Amino acid sequence: MSGNLHLLSLTPPGWGGVLLAGLFASLQLAVGGYLLGLVIGIGGAFGKLYGGPILRDLLEVYTTVIRAVPELVLILLLYYAGTDLINQLLALVGSPSVDISGLAAGIFVIGVVQGAYATEVLRGAIRAIPSGQVEAARAYGMSAVLALRRVTLPAMLPYAIPGLANLWMIATKDTALLAVVGFSELTLATRQAAGSTKAYMTFYLAAGVLYLMVTLVSNVIIALIERRARRGMPQTV
Amino acid sequence: MSEGLSGLPLYVPPKPRSLLEPHRLLLMAVFAGIILCAILFMRWDWLPTYGPRLLYGVWQTLVMLFWTASIGFLLAVPIGLVQVTGPRPLAWLARIFCTIIRGTPLLLQLWLLYYGLGSVFAQYPELRSSFLWPTLRQAWPYGFTALMISFAAYEGEVMRGAFAGVPRGELEAARAFGMSRWTAFRRIWLPRALHRALPTLAGETVLQLKSTPLVATITVIDVYAVISKVRQDTYLTYEPLLLLALIYLCLTAVLVVVFRYLESRIPTREA
Repeated sequence: MSGNLHLLSLTPPGWGGVLLAGLFASLQLAVGGYLLGLVIGIGGAFGKLYGGPILRDLLEVYTTVIRAVPELVLILLLYYAGTDLINQLLALVGSPSVDISGLAAGIFVIGVVQGAYATEVLRGAIRAIPSGQVEAARAYGMSAVLALRRVTLPAMLPYAIPGLANLWMIATKDTALLAVVGFSELTLATRQAAGSTKAYMTFYLAAGVLYLMVTLVSNVIIALIERRARRGMPQTV
Repeated sequence: MSEGLSGLPLYVPPKPRSLLEPHRLLLMAVFAGIILCAILFMRWDWLPTYGPRLLYGVWQTLVMLFWTASIGFLLAVPIGLVQVTGPRPLAWLARIFCTIIRGTPLLLQLWLLYYGLGSVFAQYPELRSSFLWPTLRQAWPYGFTALMISFAAYEGEVMRGAFAGVPRGELEAARAFGMSRWTAFRRIWLPRALHRALPTLAGETVLQLKSTPLVATITVIDVYAVISKVRQDTYLTYEPLLLLALIYLCLTAVLVVVFRYLESRIPTREA
């Protein structure tokens, strides 16, 4: 196995460059999907807390279904359905069908899945804010949007960060599932490299190390963000 | 004294949520319409042909879930325990194990075991001629191991928190009653930790159910693999996947109900 290390070199006889390109694609997917999930989550959380009865029930159905069905199945469904839907819409307005890039479709899929979890995390965090703070903002005459931007979102952050950090970890690992629909991210790149060189152990271990590095670096950054968000909160244990 | 100064009640409890509110009836009608359209206008003629195989797939998924979760949980108890009370090197080992397994995707671990370890095993002629080979040549031992290890790592982290969360006074009381360390563990520490971990255990088991379809990527036959076969044979995209989503929804619902029943069996003082 140690004799296979030259296979990991960055230049073409080695597959290191392919792996790093895969890692870059994975990170793009994770960041894009995570941000989309956050936007959906903020909308969903406010819809669940302040929306009308129909909106609330629809959001409940969305979060329940997404959280009960395996990510792999959702990815297959949304990947095909999403690209199909866009092409049918384009056909309706008469423009020719387009090839939707795997990256855009992948970000959409991960975003929709993350959105359901983010909705629940953010809803809990918003409910944890002492209600006097939001009421005070409204009493000062801030509009709903201004109160959201200046008070609700910053005040919920310390409560939301552990859950959101968890979601980021899930997002980085869920990108691996897109290997099943043929998107060339780190796991699929690894499988191709391993298949063509027969050095399975070397490449899978190398990919494992790359994923682990992402996790460990993320942990350090999250700890920094959490310390900053919690400044001014009473110290716990 | 529920009357306020102006004669209004001080607190109006919110109306209990009911399934029969008008907007819900409307929504249910809409959903029923969608489902009816799906039944009428999509192709379901493949169902009778693949029905028995689907049932077999569901059974395989459940068997896989039950055994990986059970054995994984048995491994998780010592993993959690040594992190709370074990000697330093063992605690470090358990921590490193949890970090590595939780820090890498399950799909990668699965492929590492199946393709990587499988290719290493194949290099040893002694192993190939041994009685273990007929088993090791199949895919399910690798899928089973990967799922079990993954459950042990995630649940080990949960059990660590549960063991650490049992109030010290209860353990000291057990020791003061003259229980040996083992008896105190068996009678007090473990049951109390299990009680605390049960709600999280329910969530982890649902997550484990949602991880089982990954083993289909290494040719293990579960319900997901059967649906993939249907998709290949019939060239249908949506119908099999929608049915699969429905099956998993039902399985999740069953799991949630089972765990709720288990939780209700544990007596609590508040109740």
